[in-house]
Amino acid sequence: MAIPKVCGIETEYGIVARGLDVTPTVASSLLVNAFSDDGLSLRVWDFVGETPHVDARGEWDARSEYPHVESLMANAVLTNGARYYVDHAHPEVSTPECATPSGALLYDRAGELIIEESMRRAATRLPEGAELVAYKNNSDGKGNSYGCHENYLVARDVPFGLLGRFITVHFVTRQVFCGAGKVGVEQSREGEPGVPFQLSQRADFFEEEVGLETTIRRPIVNTRDEPHADPLRFRRLHVIAGDANMSQTATWLKLGTTAMVLSMIEDGWFPESLVIADPVSAVRHISHDRTLRRTVRTADGRDLTALDIQHELCDAVARWLDTAPDDTVGGEGRTIHAEWHRILDGLSGDPASVAPWVDWVAKRRLVEGYAERHSLEPHDPRLRAIDLQYHDMRPGRCLARRAGLATLVDDRDAVVAVQRPPDDTRAFFRGECVRRFPDRVVSANWDGIVFDTPDGLVRVPMMDPLKGTRELTGELLSSVRDVDQLLDALGGGSTERVDSDPGW
Amino acid sequence: MQERAKKHATEEREDEQADAPAAPSGAGDRIKAELDDILDEIDGVLEENAEEFVKNYVQKGGE
Repeated sequence: MAIPKVCGIETEYGIVARGLDVTPTVASSLLVNAFSDDGLSLRVWDFVGETPHVDARGEWDARSEYPHVESLMANAVLTNGARYYVDHAHPEVSTPECATPSGALLYDRAGELIIEESMRRAATRLPEGAELVAYKNNSDGKGNSYGCHENYLVARDVPFGLLGRFITVHFVTRQVFCGAGKVGVEQSREGEPGVPFQLSQRADFFEEEVGLETTIRRPIVNTRDEPHADPLRFRRLHVIAGDANMSQTATWLKLGTTAMVLSMIEDGWFPESLVIADPVSAVRHISHDRTLRRTVRTADGRDLTALDIQHELCDAVARWLDTAPDDTVGGEGRTIHAEWHRILDGLSGDPASVAPWVDWVAKRRLVEGYAERHSLEPHDPRLRAIDLQYHDMRPGRCLARRAGLATLVDDRDAVVAVQRPPDDTRAFFRGECVRRFPDRVVSANWDGIVFDTPDGLVRVPMMDPLKGTRELTGELLSSVRDVDQLLDALGGGSTERVDSDPGW
Repeated sequence: MQERAKKHATEEREDEQADAPAAPSGAGDRIKAELDDILDEIDGVLEENAEEFVKNYVQKGGE
């Protein structure tokens, strides 16, 4: 039985420090701290139950001299329930958990505003002429890639092997509408013809069907089993096979279609005949074909284009929607389906017609139009520059903002979402606690918050992403004066003592 | 210009939804007509030394 598709997006931004001789890690920390030392954000992430190799000690003053790298891993929980931190050598925004694809889109846009504001604040602290610039892309064009990951709540009782085999079909083919476009090819394979432009930023980097890695030999389906929720009931499908989108329609459709295909798998409605025989080759094969006419072979021996497969998936989702008691995406299912169908039809007819909604089409139009106007060769650096600058987060420089993309999010709502959490998941409780009790929250992570009390540290676990909502906790939070009253009201059954010293 | 492009895109989308599922035959032409304006703007904001910018854009692998 399909469960609600609580979802979220983690975006690693590319970072450039101009007029400043610092490592990317330092640059990323300068950026994150410029935003998160405003006194509003909680600057400690709780690593309990997470990868142990990252150092959580993040306190330092950006206005003083640049500190050593070891002490720099900025890591904050924001009042909107998001996590904003330095991951390796990139600034990363993880949206709060959202109950609908449009909710996750709103917080992805809020994430962009957080990055913009960080760049502005950082500029006031840097030497004259120095600047930090973030790029919402996934590749430097030189073989280095960084991710935009999606997360979906999935029922634990669906066998993972089956889930992976089926969802791979969508991951391989959805790039026709959510690829962000790229000039050139990276990680060229022997005998493979080069192409001047391809659909996806990330397609060149996938080498396995399934696996645990995210940085080397990247798999199409990532097996990281870290549910950040009750492990007996839930999985978190951690998706690494996607591009960061500038098109809001693409972000919304990427989340909405994936959520519904996953639901269809949970309910046993996935059309098994669409399973692709060699998905690893198919990812590149499809991305490298701007005509959308190349075929890939299914396991049952049919040769289908990515669009054929997408149309069949789209039709299957319609049939599933007709029978499902709940669309699992908060009531947006029909709208998402209609828009998905419309975009696929547009791509099947005249791909240029979907430029306002599909990133690769919008970007390709700029690249090819510019090349034609100035009679440029395909390898001219100006075309690579257009590709990079499409994703430039400075409003004055961003080419995506000038490409005629349709907007779905009202920026007045996004400005509110920079500070306030969504109402309909546990992110509400997390964000509100950080906002209301800044002196008493010691640390937080996805599935719990640790409070400082006169009797020691007390953790409130949040093992169900759909609890801790405004509906369930809003009145309580408004009625208590302080953390002690809050914990009293929650009762001993909802809290646990933290015995060990977390080390900060 | 940017606002105009956005507004135009939104109108187009409404038109297409109203006409759905007919193929948006006019949309492609309208979008091509916008392109000249957009290219003018790119000329104004593109990094001045594109070659240097592209060469220096080096990132560490992430995730």
